[in-house]
Amino acid sequence: MVEPIIKEHAAIKTAKKSSFRSDKLKRQIVPYFFVLPNFVIFFTFIVVPAIVGLYYSFTDYDGLSEMNFVGIENYKEVFQSSEYWKIFANTFKYAFAVVPLIFICSLGIAMLLIKEIKAKGFFRAIFYWPTMISAIIVGVTWKWIFGDSFGVLNYLIESLGFKPIKWLSDPVFANMTVVVGTIWARIGFFMVIFMAGLQSIPTSYYEAAQMDGASKFRMFRSITLPLLKPTSFLVLILLLIESFKQYPLVLALTGGGPAKQTTYLVQYIYEFGFKKGELGYASAMSVVLFVVIAIFTVIQFKWTKGGTID
Amino acid sequence: MKKKSNILIYLALSVLVCIFIFPVIWVVLSSIKDSTELYSWPPKFIPDNPTFENFIAAFEKGNFGTYFLNSTFVTVTATVLTLIINTMAGYALAKYRFKGDTWLLIGFISTLMIPLEVIMTPIFSVISKLGLYNSLWGIIIPPAATPTGVFLIRQYLLTVPDELIEAARIDGAGEWKIFWKLIVPIAKPIISVLAIFSFMWRWDDFIWPLIVISDPTKYTVQLALSNFIGEFNVDWGSLLAMSVVTMIPVLIVFLIFQKQFIQGMATSGMKD
Repeated sequence: MVEPIIKEHAAIKTAKKSSFRSDKLKRQIVPYFFVLPNFVIFFTFIVVPAIVGLYYSFTDYDGLSEMNFVGIENYKEVFQSSEYWKIFANTFKYAFAVVPLIFICSLGIAMLLIKEIKAKGFFRAIFYWPTMISAIIVGVTWKWIFGDSFGVLNYLIESLGFKPIKWLSDPVFANMTVVVGTIWARIGFFMVIFMAGLQSIPTSYYEAAQMDGASKFRMFRSITLPLLKPTSFLVLILLLIESFKQYPLVLALTGGGPAKQTTYLVQYIYEFGFKKGELGYASAMSVVLFVVIAIFTVIQFKWTKGGTID
Repeated sequence: MKKKSNILIYLALSVLVCIFIFPVIWVVLSSIKDSTELYSWPPKFIPDNPTFENFIAAFEKGNFGTYFLNSTFVTVTATVLTLIINTMAGYALAKYRFKGDTWLLIGFISTLMIPLEVIMTPIFSVISKLGLYNSLWGIIIPPAATPTGVFLIRQYLLTVPDELIEAARIDGAGEWKIFWKLIVPIAKPIISVLAIFSFMWRWDDFIWPLIVISDPTKYTVQLALSNFIGEFNVDWGSLLAMSVVTMIPVLIVFLIFQKQFIQGMATSGMKD
């Protein structure tokens, strides 16, 4: 998974062996001192909770009464719960709408922006800026536009002579508004990644293709797409992981409704863990979610050699 | 031919720009409308009587000033802490060889795999046991040890030649002094990238405050906004005004450090 980094690390280690042979005891302690604050925090707030969570998932812990070991009861319950699978399906539907749409839109905009145009920086800044806005405010913003009775969008629809749409209280449209909000907020991020990928393709390839009389579409299919494969793959995986973790935007925009139609996994887990006090069950659901996300992450690490694009 | 296609590109980009900035412009314009104009039908695009009454109401009645101060305190303190401990750890992993360093590196990298959303429940238990529940320090300390930060610093410092550090040692400088007087100035570009990102992560953070804080006087702006919009009768005037005020710090930071932001992201492919 992290082989390239570890290999690189091992190489440095061997190279340094000679220069470090004269290490004094003091100098051997120093690095631990430098790493310690970070390590303590990381251990307390990530490693410990991860272990505790795994443990909870095999108990009936409710936060108050004594916890009992219940084996794989919670997992059985997770896999048998029809509501859980409904929420799982909601999350999947959301992911499968968001991933291709953001992929295509951000690639499209990136391709426009790497051309020789004026005010490139201005355009890039405008598209990138929404990624800086918190998910909660993105939700507020779009709720103000999509609002059933006060939203400006319904005014436009009405003035064009159509019936207003119940954007936030109709199951299908409510999911659409979440997708629109996500696209608006996230395109800029992936656009920048695509721009970096596109810029790494040598222009000489296009020049040669042009001399051979290749069409624009042909160049896109035979040069851009194949050479952009690593970037595309990274974008796909990052998008998938992101959409499986969606929560704050939904909370602000639809609150998960109507009738749990826009409730996704993280919100569902939060409700069981924090509102219903079923910490054991919530932990089991978390473990299942972790496995799903971990699969994508491992693939991503393998592909990008441990978190760096290059 | 070339000119014609360029005009089409500008046209497409301009349409996209309008779609992209409309939502924010609409929120800003709405926030300076008085209560009658805010809900007037048909909606007015430009307010006739622009007013700051929503902003005043948000700060006076809505306690927004407290939330804003809480967020500022959390963001500034957490960013300072993040920079110090991540630079130290990144330096150790880049320039020292010690027992367990490989395992530590593997550990840091693998935690990138554990999203916070997955360990929400047990984190709550740990936070309560340590007495950090309902404390702003509970939002500041835990996310400060970000693996992304350690990694970013480490990768950057690997490019610094060892001879430089050796030379300082021969000159008799202590390890601690070398770190502050030599390494920190060298790593300044990457530290500022991390600073900008940390600022944005903390300011926009929602999940940590949600887990740690329940006392309304300790709310951060994001938590306050999410509670506000969940109310049955949303006071849109105040809500929009608060959202505008909350967007301003991030906008300023973005305008100043735009280049570092986009370069830092494109070269490291980082997320929080």
